[in-house]
Amino acid sequence: MMPVFSWASLSPALPELFLVMLGMVMVLAGLSQSEGAARSLCRVAIGGFALALMMLLGVNWDSAPVMNGMFVMDHFAGFMKLLILLGLMAAVALSVRYLEQEEIDRFEYPILIVFAGLGMMLMVSAHNLLAMYVGLELQSLSLYVLAAFRRNHSKSSEAGMKYFVLGALASGMLLFGASLVYGYTGALGFDAISHALAGGKAGAGLVIGLVFLLVGLAFKVSAVPFHMWTPDVYEGAPTSVTALFAIVPKIAAMGLLMRLLTEPFGSIMPEWQQVVWVLSLASMAVGAFAGLVQNNIKRLLAYSSIGNMGYALVGVAAGTASGMGAVILYLAIYMIMAAGTFGIVLSMRRGGRAYEDIEDLSGLSRTNPLMAWTLAFLMFSMSGIPPLAGFFGKLFIFQAAIASQFYVLAVLGVLCSVVAAYYYLRVIKVMFFDDPLDALDSDLGFSLRAVVFLSIAFVLFFIFSPDTLVETSRNAAAALFAG
Amino acid sequence: MASEQFLADYLPILVFLVIAAGLSCLMIVASLIVGKQRPDKEKLSAYECGFDAFDDARSKFDVRFYLVSILFIIFDLEIAFLFPWAVALKEIGAFGFWSMMAFLGVLTVGFIYEWKKGALEWE
Repeated sequence: MMPVFSWASLSPALPELFLVMLGMVMVLAGLSQSEGAARSLCRVAIGGFALALMMLLGVNWDSAPVMNGMFVMDHFAGFMKLLILLGLMAAVALSVRYLEQEEIDRFEYPILIVFAGLGMMLMVSAHNLLAMYVGLELQSLSLYVLAAFRRNHSKSSEAGMKYFVLGALASGMLLFGASLVYGYTGALGFDAISHALAGGKAGAGLVIGLVFLLVGLAFKVSAVPFHMWTPDVYEGAPTSVTALFAIVPKIAAMGLLMRLLTEPFGSIMPEWQQVVWVLSLASMAVGAFAGLVQNNIKRLLAYSSIGNMGYALVGVAAGTASGMGAVILYLAIYMIMAAGTFGIVLSMRRGGRAYEDIEDLSGLSRTNPLMAWTLAFLMFSMSGIPPLAGFFGKLFIFQAAIASQFYVLAVLGVLCSVVAAYYYLRVIKVMFFDDPLDALDSDLGFSLRAVVFLSIAFVLFFIFSPDTLVETSRNAAAALFAG
Repeated sequence: MASEQFLADYLPILVFLVIAAGLSCLMIVASLIVGKQRPDKEKLSAYECGFDAFDDARSKFDVRFYLVSILFIIFDLEIAFLFPWAVALKEIGAFGFWSMMAFLGVLTVGFIYEWKKGALEWE
């Protein structure tokens, strides 16, 4: 028999339901409007995300399963969704003017971002392997299209195609893993899987299934050795889309990974810890060393994001509540730094043309000192120089790793971060010590300025009141271990 | 759930597989033995929906074929969902009814988008 249904029981999913409606209304609105639809729909999207954010703050964050346990709302999901919505707002705000400058201002752009956002929110709330897959695919399909959004440009089409083919392969592996897990536990729901594994013993078949699930998700967070797509997609996609890729989807994929590993597979932690250990170390190393030889700033930031996911995975490998809390904090800080950095990358234009090489920043400290200092602080923060926000992200991660006795991983991680500091500092060296080029265009949009301003303000002043964010991310992580 | 019981639930599928394999082998062998064989070039060539089966796969053809086939798949799936829904409507009640209405609504929005974008116009 079907359980008794009431509309009120859907209320924890209110922000998602709102985004569904918003997306569809935007499709119809975009069709009926011909000129300037992209710009107005971008505004609608930002407003819609803000409304969804308010609804999210309004719903009850105490653990509540919805739709027969397909979907769950707890402090973890709530905080991750908060980050996702903020990141989406920043990403859309950064794109508005860029779309017009590059003449790709078609109205589908904000709609695809809304649907991708919906997929991400479903991912962090998924409480069943099927719901997880649906959320993941909704997000991925929207992002494939966004990567190829400048469709008459060969690099962008190539980026979309590569992302799609490799992403489909990863989805296939994830599904295969899910089917093995289903075969060996007889369950799809996270609670039921964790119940079936309660003894802490897992057969070889189940472990293979788990590893395939991890492979699929490692692709989505671009952990080495499943990172091959990242530099090409970051370079080929329109810069505003690259900004979106760097800011938001990783949070959702990492959130899904954390929930999957701690809730259904929490009792067989040693089985996945070693896999995450390897992924984490490989990502940190490749992110650090491959970044050294990059000249294109988008490729550089792609390797930087690979490395950063490696650091975040250190906290996941630790497998404790404090480790997961550190990951959430790290993701939040990384998201804010990435938003600011991409704001600057998006304003690298001369005479209406976009430039993407590190050399194009030469002597920026003399032609545009404010922008140069902002980027310098963001780069210092990314490399983890103490008083800035980026340092605290790494600090808590390595603290958690040490507490779980992952000494080797922590030491190697710190060494990788020293290597990676070279390429961040190189950007600063180019800006401050090389001969100046012509000044960059100065007509930046208000929304871009606002995003960069908020980002740099956070990076500089995080040290004065870190407690709120640290406490919130700890509470969020604690929700994962409550059940 | 005991794993024996779990596997026993899949017994009908095993039976089905055996019957399917047996029946198809029987048909092929019977037609080899009983039927009259008068092969010619066309009969022996593989049928691949109008395309040459061993040609370069990267030939160009009109992107509108894809649009039509995607439309077809979407509405085909819709029907595939509608049948079990219609049969089970009594048990799933108002919630089931409105779930399907929401699903159809989403499809309709997609259809309007496709129509307005001109995907249905051949010339």
